Amino acid sequence: MARTAVSGRLAWRVANLAEIRQETATARTLVFDVPGWPGHLAGQHVDVRLTAADGYTAQRSYSLAAPSDGDRLELTVQRVAGGEVSEHLTGPYAVGDPVEIRGPIGGWFVWRPTDPAPVLLVAGGSGVVPLMAMIRARRAAGSRALFRLVYSVRTPADLYYAAELRKPYAGLDVTYVYTRELPDGAPGIPRRISVATLNTASWPTDFGPTTFVCGPTAFVETVADALLALGHSPHSIRTERFGPSRD
Amino acid sequence: MGVITPGFTGRARGGNPRLPPGQYLTEDFPVLSAGPTQRVHLDKWEFAVTTEKGEKRSWSFRELTSLPSEKFTVDIHCVTQWSKLDTRWRGVPVETLIGDLDTEADYVLAHSYGGYTTNLPLADLLDGQAWIAYEYNGKPLTPEHGGPARLLVPHLYLWKSAKWVRGLELATKDEPGFWESSGYHDYGDPWREQRYQGD
Repeated sequence: MARTAVSGRLAWRVANLAEIRQETATARTLVFDVPGWPGHLAGQHVDVRLTAADGYTAQRSYSLAAPSDGDRLELTVQRVAGGEVSEHLTGPYAVGDPVEIRGPIGGWFVWRPTDPAPVLLVAGGSGVVPLMAMIRARRAAGSRALFRLVYSVRTPADLYYAAELRKPYAGLDVTYVYTRELPDGAPGIPRRISVATLNTASWPTDFGPTTFVCGPTAFVETVADALLALGHSPHSIRTERFGPSRD
Repeated sequence: MGVITPGFTGRARGGNPRLPPGQYLTEDFPVLSAGPTQRVHLDKWEFAVTTEKGEKRSWSFRELTSLPSEKFTVDIHCVTQWSKLDTRWRGVPVETLIGDLDTEADYVLAHSYGGYTTNLPLADLLDGQAWIAYEYNGKPLTPEHGGPARLLVPHLYLWKSAKWVRGLELATKDEPGFWESSGYHDYGDPWREQRYQGD
């Protein structure tokens, strides 16, 4: 079982917003400078704390979108209607404004560049964020581990990191699943991810792959069940879920 | 006071006294687990309590649900900051399962189908504070939420309430479980915001 070195209390550090990249109409990537950042693994997350002038605070967890890079870190935040923290971070929050960040957190849903096993990444919507950190970590480390990404979104306009993923990159195959609207001129009809999709895109079980699945609860449940049905061992499937359950 | 973020005013005020610090209310029931949902056949399901001396008691699902059970309504708190109030459950108090087992243990390591573990002080599972729960909202507990049965310890963060529980191992020494080995707090009291080691 993965063990992450933890030294003492996880400190809150001041993070200053250095750059904003708009990913979609409702999501943006925030690039922070965090002096003293201890570094992190792809797949880990952080807690972000906002403090109002009267001392009121609110904190939320966000996945890291890029691998460790000195004092820099990147989060991609999706605006949630009525989301107390996300509406601020995707709205008025501006370059130079501080927040507090602590982490990194989580030692299970992580990919290490020293691991040569083939990797299947399955993303539902904004669940692509920690998986993108793994893709970028693979690239940064020059790893030759084979990667496949299956990325399910409603419409082409909902894709994060679209330009970067569109560039061909040796050893990374990307399959897009559009559930509401296809790209212009694409054949077929919108559909949801299925056993057939995963049967095509997943690695043969005897390759000993590791699979990371991240997305809304119902999506992760569907994908994990399909992978089990295809013969993948439960221990090779790591999941991160968000949002409500189906019942 | 922390560093002020210009323009941030916040919204979730009015201070619900039942919300621990840093938590927000949810009406949903989010699902969090580290791997696929475990689906355990009721016929094969077994729950066991073992002592530090190796004494063991076990129950089939039918045997567990034949024991005197309690219906209880509790607030639950997840380390990812959501809290849910007045959740309704049915289950067997852990005290009933420990019964008169001969033990000097101070600690418990809960084991789940799928390999998950979490550690707790034994005292936190006694005196009506913890159950092996098998119904939620009047219905059998679904696999997503830990069915057929999960440990429920509502006064600690929910990662302590092991889903798909298959046993409690009594021990004289505290041994960190799955998340506790990855930097989560050893005890996990939401009212003291014990999220991570050192909190």
